[in-house]
Amino acid sequence: MTHSAAIAQDVTPVVSMDMITKTFPGVRALDQVKLDLYPGQVTALVGENGAGKSTTVKILTGIYRTNGGTIRIDGNPVTFASPNDAANAGITAIHQETVLFDELSVAENIYIGHAPRNSFGLIDTARMHSNAASLLAEIGAPFSSHTQLSDLGIANKHLVAIARALSVDARVVIMDEPTAALSHKEIEELYDLVDTLKAQGKAILFISHKFDEIFRIADRYTVFRDGGFVGDGLIADISENDLVTMMVGRSVEQIFPDRTHNVGDEVLKVVGYAHPTEFADISFTLKRGEILGFYGLVGAGRSEFMQALFGITKPSKGVCQMNGDLKIIRSPAQAVENGIVYVPEDRGKQGAIIGLPIFQNITLPSLGRTSKNGLLKLAEEFKLAREYSQRLDLRAASLDQDIGNLSGGNQQKVVIAKWLATQPQVIILDEPTKGIDIGSKAAVHDFMAELAAQGLSVIMISSEIPEIIGMSDRVIVMRDGLIAAELPREELTPETLVRHAAGISQPTEGAA
Amino acid sequence: MKRFIPLREAILSAAILFLTLLVASRFPGFVAPANLANVFNDTAPLIILALGQMVVILTRCIDLSVAANLALTGMVVAMINVAIPGLPIPIILTIAVLMGAFMGAINGILVWKLSIPPIVVTLGTMTIFRGIIFLISDGKWVNSHEMSPAFTGFPRTVLLGLPALSWIAILTVVAFGIMMARTQFGRSIFAVGGNPHAAVYTGINVGKTQFWAFVVSGALAGLTGYLWVARYAVAYVDIAGGFELEVVAACVIGGISIAGGIGTVGGAVLGAIFLGVVKNALPVVDISPFWQLAISGSAILIAVAFNARSGRNKGRVILKSAEATQ
Repeated sequence: MTHSAAIAQDVTPVVSMDMITKTFPGVRALDQVKLDLYPGQVTALVGENGAGKSTTVKILTGIYRTNGGTIRIDGNPVTFASPNDAANAGITAIHQETVLFDELSVAENIYIGHAPRNSFGLIDTARMHSNAASLLAEIGAPFSSHTQLSDLGIANKHLVAIARALSVDARVVIMDEPTAALSHKEIEELYDLVDTLKAQGKAILFISHKFDEIFRIADRYTVFRDGGFVGDGLIADISENDLVTMMVGRSVEQIFPDRTHNVGDEVLKVVGYAHPTEFADISFTLKRGEILGFYGLVGAGRSEFMQALFGITKPSKGVCQMNGDLKIIRSPAQAVENGIVYVPEDRGKQGAIIGLPIFQNITLPSLGRTSKNGLLKLAEEFKLAREYSQRLDLRAASLDQDIGNLSGGNQQKVVIAKWLATQPQVIILDEPTKGIDIGSKAAVHDFMAELAAQGLSVIMISSEIPEIIGMSDRVIVMRDGLIAAELPREELTPETLVRHAAGISQPTEGAA
Repeated sequence: MKRFIPLREAILSAAILFLTLLVASRFPGFVAPANLANVFNDTAPLIILALGQMVVILTRCIDLSVAANLALTGMVVAMINVAIPGLPIPIILTIAVLMGAFMGAINGILVWKLSIPPIVVTLGTMTIFRGIIFLISDGKWVNSHEMSPAFTGFPRTVLLGLPALSWIAILTVVAFGIMMARTQFGRSIFAVGGNPHAAVYTGINVGKTQFWAFVVSGALAGLTGYLWVARYAVAYVDIAGGFELEVVAACVIGGISIAGGIGTVGGAVLGAIFLGVVKNALPVVDISPFWQLAISGSAILIAVAFNARSGRNKGRVILKSAEATQ
């Protein structure tokens, strides 16, 4: 384990968040959390999805206002009324997807909004470029300030973002999963850069799901769970296993429906699916009435594989069998025809069709059954739509209503009704309960259990551990585009899942 | 729940009625049935083209080549008529429709297979089609005395009190009404424009749907090409120059969302009729052509502002009390 050895214990934090609470209508996103960032040190913020990490970043960068608690800069309480206030206080964030302008030069990107001016009030291009060049030299960037941003790769764009942070004389740099899209070599370069920033006395907040990274570059850790503070301390004083336990240990158990776990014959068999850049060697079987969970970190290749299985993207290799018959699925239409449907994650973008009324949204993939001689039978359509919207307990004034006027939960019911109406054998649910409230979650879970009981086979992609454990008959864990483990229901524990997903070896007694 | 689209059509109908009555108050002859039929007949090409354009715009594309397609097809059928005067009209019509559809297919292929933005594709083909007319005609006109009487007579043939041109427009409206409301193709068009990502997951091929939209638009442009040349009994390079913008304007005024996915056959037809009435009514009451342009332009802006207002995100319903009133 490598980390800077001597850490002064009595330094005042640059930023100190104390008893911070943030509520949204109906949800408490952060509940009295604390987070301290020290000059010249890297603090890793650790937590599952939904632990409150993004909310914290948004509070620190002035995007969200807090509902309680104090933020102190150098010990003095401050309030951030706008992102500008946070920037003026020297806090800057480097996001997973960099927020930069492709069509501008590197120097323009670094100095946009605070470019040096000449005596006429115009941008002093020469000075801007020379300043930018010295910043780039400081961080060892291998490109010129005149380069157009779109010519740079993601790693180099990160460098530009960092140079921008330095140009405003940031004291606190927030890195939100900066390595998610980087190659191995680029990650090493990023680590070097983090060391440079540390040497300059910047306080760094590092958000990552990857334990090897955290133990490689962080000096301190802070753990959040379900919007609450769990603990913090020095990385040197904690083991990977203890950190996993702090991260996943649950105070409140969610209630999941009782399931009989009766699975039948094999319905779908996937053999050797591969893609040049996204995934390889994906093979598994799915049985009738089974709920198969797919767990993994964001970016492990789960959705990408499912899109290939559904025919949206083309795999380079691999076949699947439905009920023993070989099927070549190369378009979503063929997938639907073969009884496979996919309820995507981003339902706003990929689910409901705003502009079509509810009943037409429901019948869209089933129009072959509701038409006769090429003409649609509206009465048949209504019948089909009514049948499935009743099954899902859809709350709508009329099925003729515009879907845009429904609540999020009801829109989701419409999307699911749409797929059930095609009478599928396999339903792929991508993050089925992401972003919906607890009550609706329970309804979705009950409904999934009901579907499975009726003999439908469900593939559930989820990043929420309780959901994976509470619902699945079997779980496949993916990591870096490969299947990392296949676990039967009896072996499902939060620790096992996180370990396989993050690639941490099994615990050995007495490991520190 | 408020039903929004019929409201828009009601407003447009009211505007058309208001304009008609305004003119009638000074010139009562304008509302004589014969004159109204004339106005409709005069607007028929715009109605037909607006319906084709509507389908294209609904799929988030635009077809700027319709007028050039019309002119090229018109020139070709006129030259065919000069060469083979005895060719029956049904064959002429078939040639016109197929040729127009072929040109639409070229647009569609470029948009579908090469993913070139539709505005660029059709701007290019618009220029190319006009260029081809010049090449095949040597820049010469085909005049009425060269065309056969059957060729020029067809659009004027009166059936049940209306000329064939009007009947073709009416049949097109009916066919499109059925196509948009009652066929899978019509439904796919709305799906592709309303949410292309979701359409993909539903098993709809977005590019292919756009391709067929261009074919439909092209076929109607070809059909109109013959009708136009026959009606005015002349074919030359620049016929219907700039008419594509009038067609797009008719769609926009009729509430077809330029962002795709929203629009009705009734809206497109009313938009076209509105422009037709403006064009025919204002000269009657001695308003200068410049005012006509200003009125058409204002109508477009008002229509777009109206669409933008209605399309504005209403936000989430969080209050229980608000939900109850929905």
